[in-house]
Amino acid sequence: MDSLKKLESQSVYILREAYRNFKSLCMLWSIGKDSTVLLWLARKAFFGHVPVPLVHIDTHYKIPEMIAYRDRLAREWRLNMIYGENTAALAKKATFPDGAVDRLQCCKHLKSEALRHTLSGEWPRYRMDHASGRYEPDTDQAPYTGVIVGVRADEEGSRSKERYFSPRDKYSEWNVSDQPPEFWNQFKTDFAPGTHVRIHPLLDWTELNIWEYIEREKIPMSSLYFDQGSGKRYRSLGCYPCTAPVDSTAKTPADIIEELKTGKFTNIAERAGRAQDKEDAGGLETLRQEGYM
Amino acid sequence: MHREHMTVVIVGHVDHGKSTVIGRLLADTGSLPEGKLDQVKATCARNAKPFEYAFLLDALKDERSQGITIDAARCFFKTARRDYIILDAPGHIEFLKNMVTGASRAEVAILVIDAKQGVQENTRRHGMVVSMIGVKRILVLVNKMDLVGYDQAAFERVSNAFRAFLKEIDIEPIAFIPVSAFQGDNLISTSQRMPWYQGRPFLGELDLIPVKEQPANLPLRFPVQDIYKFTENGDERRIIAGTLATGTARAGDPVVFYPSGKRSTIRSVEEFNTPPRQDAASGEAIGFTLTDELYLRPGEIMTRQDARPPRTATQFKANIFWVGRTPFVKDKTYKLKIGTAQSPVKLVDILRIIDAQDLSSAVRQDSINRHDVATCVLEVTRPIAYDLAQDIEALSRFVIVDHFEIAGGGIIIDELRPDASTLEQHVTNREKRWVHGLVLPAERAAAYRHKGQFIIVTGNSAEKNGAVARLLERSLFDNGRKAYYLNTANLTCGLTDGSTDVADAREEEIRVLGELGRVLTDAGHIVVTDLNHYDAYDIARLKTFVHPFEVLVVGLGASAPETTLSLNDAMSPGDTAAVICQWLRDMDILPDYSL
Ligand SMILES: Nc1nc2c(ncn2[C@@H]2O[C@H](COP(=O)(O)OP(=O)(O)O)[C@@H](O)[C@H]2O)c(=O)[nH]1
Repeated sequence: MDSLKKLESQSVYILREAYRNFKSLCMLWSIGKDSTVLLWLARKAFFGHVPVPLVHIDTHYKIPEMIAYRDRLAREWRLNMIYGENTAALAKKATFPDGAVDRLQCCKHLKSEALRHTLSGEWPRYRMDHASGRYEPDTDQAPYTGVIVGVRADEEGSRSKERYFSPRDKYSEWNVSDQPPEFWNQFKTDFAPGTHVRIHPLLDWTELNIWEYIEREKIPMSSLYFDQGSGKRYRSLGCYPCTAPVDSTAKTPADIIEELKTGKFTNIAERAGRAQDKEDAGGLETLRQEGYM
Repeated sequence: MHREHMTVVIVGHVDHGKSTVIGRLLADTGSLPEGKLDQVKATCARNAKPFEYAFLLDALKDERSQGITIDAARCFFKTARRDYIILDAPGHIEFLKNMVTGASRAEVAILVIDAKQGVQENTRRHGMVVSMIGVKRILVLVNKMDLVGYDQAAFERVSNAFRAFLKEIDIEPIAFIPVSAFQGDNLISTSQRMPWYQGRPFLGELDLIPVKEQPANLPLRFPVQDIYKFTENGDERRIIAGTLATGTARAGDPVVFYPSGKRSTIRSVEEFNTPPRQDAASGEAIGFTLTDELYLRPGEIMTRQDARPPRTATQFKANIFWVGRTPFVKDKTYKLKIGTAQSPVKLVDILRIIDAQDLSSAVRQDSINRHDVATCVLEVTRPIAYDLAQDIEALSRFVIVDHFEIAGGGIIIDELRPDASTLEQHVTNREKRWVHGLVLPAERAAAYRHKGQFIIVTGNSAEKNGAVARLLERSLFDNGRKAYYLNTANLTCGLTDGSTDVADAREEEIRVLGELGRVLTDAGHIVVTDLNHYDAYDIARLKTFVHPFEVLVVGLGASAPETTLSLNDAMSPGDTAAVICQWLRDMDILPDYSL
C-alpha cells in the first residue's frame, strides 16, 4: 500500500467509527480543498453515499464562486446540505471592513459564534430542499454531538497537539493540556452529556497529500484554486475582504503538485494569504479554542 | 519512487536529554530553518541564559508550557536513506497517556538514559509501556557521556543494569550506544572520544533498522466495523464494512464470523470510485457483500473457513497499563473496546503489579493505580473474539473505558477456562433437586414411542424458519408423535416480565426457553422452535439448560453455526419438513416401530 492509500484507509476508518458511535453527527464543509477531500472520503467510507449532514458557516463574504460550487455539488451528490450564519452581526454590520470591527472580531462573529450556535442548534439552520433547490429553515434543531472537521496537523503549531477524536466542553472549549489518550485506533467515542467531540480524519495529511489525492481521485475542485489566465490563483479559500490570491500559473492539480514539490512555497505558510492570521500570533489558537477551525 | 518513511518515538526519564538529542539531530542533519539556531543562541546570550537545545525546540513549535513537553510533538528530518518523523514524548510521569499516544504511532523507540543518574523509574516504565504498546524495536542511548569522562565502565554499568531489566520482560534492545547529545558524540558520526566503543553511531544504527512490514501468511482477520444498507438511488447492496487487520480476502471465499460462528461466502468486494476488484489486502478499508443476508453485529471478526480461527472466551489473562484518574478496581463494570467490538468488562483478579521501582518485588494490591503496569484477569459477559498477543498482536489489543475516558490499555496473553461456569453449576444443582413423579422416563418413552427432544429450526429467513417448524410439528403429530411447536414470542407473554434491559433480553430469552425446554422434554414432548439471529454462544447455553435432554439444530442454508443437520434452503418448507422427519427416523431419533 502506498502512503496515500494508507492515509485514505485511516481516514475512512475514522469516519466509519464516527458514524457508528455518534447519533447526532455532522461534517463541516468550508468549500476549501481539505474539507472537500474530507467529503470525498466520506463517499469512500460509505460507498458513494454521504449519510451525514454537511454544515457550512456562511459569512456572506465568501467569494461568490465558492457558494455556487457548494450548491452545485450539493445537488449533484444529493447532499444533506445545511448552512448557518450570525444573522444579528450581519444586520448590525459588526463586520470587517464595512463595520467598526477588526478582522479578528469579524472572524469571531461570523465564524466562531455562528459555528458554535449553529452546532448547538440555538440559531436557525437552513437546509437545501432538493425538490425546489432552495434553502429552507431546518426543522431539526438538535445539537450535534459529533462534528467532523478537516484540520491537518501540519497547518500550524496548535494543531499538532490534536487527537483524531478531540473532546470539547459545553462552551466548545478545547483543553490543550489535558487530551485523552489515543492508541491502537481506539478513540474517545464516549462523552458526558452536554459535551461534544470534534473528529479529525485528516490529521495526518499534508497539503501535498491533499493535492496528490485530488489528482488521483479526480475530485472536482473550485476553479478558484486554479489560474484562469490572470497569473493568480487562491491557495486557501476564505472571505474576499481577507483572502488574497497568490502569484501562480498552476492550472491543474498536477501543476499545483509540481509547484509544491519544487518548493515554490517552501518558506511561505499555506495561510499566508489570510490576513487575519497576521493580526496577532496567539489569535488563531484563541479562535481555535473557542471553536473556530 | 516514494521515499521510505519511519516514525520514531523518543522516551526516557525527564531531563535525561531527549530534547537535546532531537535538537542536535535537527541541527546536524541540516533540518532547521536557516538562521534559527543562531537566533536562539543570540536570544539566550542576550538573556544571560546558557543555551539549551530545548529552547530551540520551544522556538520551533511553541511546544512547551509549564516547562515540560505536554504532548508528543513531531519533528522532521531526513537522512540519505529515508525521511524520519520523530515524536517527542513527554518524560514527565503526569503525561504517560500522551507518551502512549505518541508511542502507538511509532515503529522504533529511542530510550534516553543519563549516564550519570543511571536507570530511573520512568526509564523502566517507559521501556515496559512502549513494548506493550507494540514498539518492539528499541535503541538505547546512554547520554551525557561527557559528564562521566567518556568512561567505558560507566557506560557498561548503566547498560547492563537496563539490559537485565528488559530481559525480564522479554525485550531485547537493538543496541546500546554511548553518546553525548550536547557535544554531538556518536550521534551522527563516530566519536573519537570513545575509541572503546566498536558500534555504529546513533544515526547509522537507526538507518539500518528495516521499515516494519506486515508479517506475511497471517490468517485473515476482518473486524466488522459496521453493516450498511443505504437505499438512496436504489442501492440494494448490504455491505459489511471494515478494515482488514491481517491476511487477504477474495470474492468467492467461504467465510465464518466470530464469536457468532455464522457462515457465508463473499459475493463481492466493494469500494467507491475504483475499478471492480476481486480481492482485498491487509490494511485496506473496504467492504464486502455476502451470498447470505446474515444478521451480524459490528465487532464480529470475519475469517476464512479454512483459516485458523480466532479464540473466543469470556475470561482471559492480560497485561495492562493504567492511565485513568481513578484506580482500576474489582466489582465495578467498565467498558472494554477490542477491535471494533465493545463489551461490559470486570476486573476479576490482579495477578501481579509490576513495580517500576524494582522489578523483582512484584507487589500485591487490590487495585491497579494510575501509571501501574499489571497482569490481571478480566471477564466479559458474552464471549469476545480475539487472538493472543503472541499469535496476532493487533487482535489482542484492547482499551478499557472508565466514565467516558480511555483509562487503560492492554494485550491478551492467555485464555482462561473457568472451572465450571455459574450456568453449569445452576444446572447441576437443579438436576439434583428435581422432584420426579411415579412414571419413569423409560416408561414414558416406550408409551410415546420416542424420547423427549428439543429441535431448533434456523436459517436466514425468519419466515421460512417459522413455516418449516410449524410443518414439522404438524407432520410429527400426524405420525402420532407428541410434538409441540413453541414460538419464542410466547415467552414474553407472561413467563418473562419484560423488565430486563435490551442488552440482557437475549440472555433472558435463551434462559426461559431453555428452562421450559427442560420441562417439556421431561414430559416426553418433541419441542420444535424456530430461532433467528442466534450465535454459537446462545446455542451452547441452550444445550446446557435443556440438559439432560438433547438439542438438535437444523440449519437452513450454509450460514448457521453449530448445526446437527444442515439443509439446502432452496427447498420448499413442506419438503424441508419431510426431509427432517426422514432424517429423524434414519438417525433412530424417532425409532420406527411400525415395521
Ligand atoms: N553535559 C551534558 N548535558 C546534557 C546532555 N544532554 C542533555 N544535557 C542537559 O540535560 C538537561 C536536560 O536535557 P533535555 O534535553 O531538556 O531533557 P529532556 O527532559 O529529556 O528533554 C539540559 O540542561 C541539557 O542541556 C549531554 O550530552 N551532556
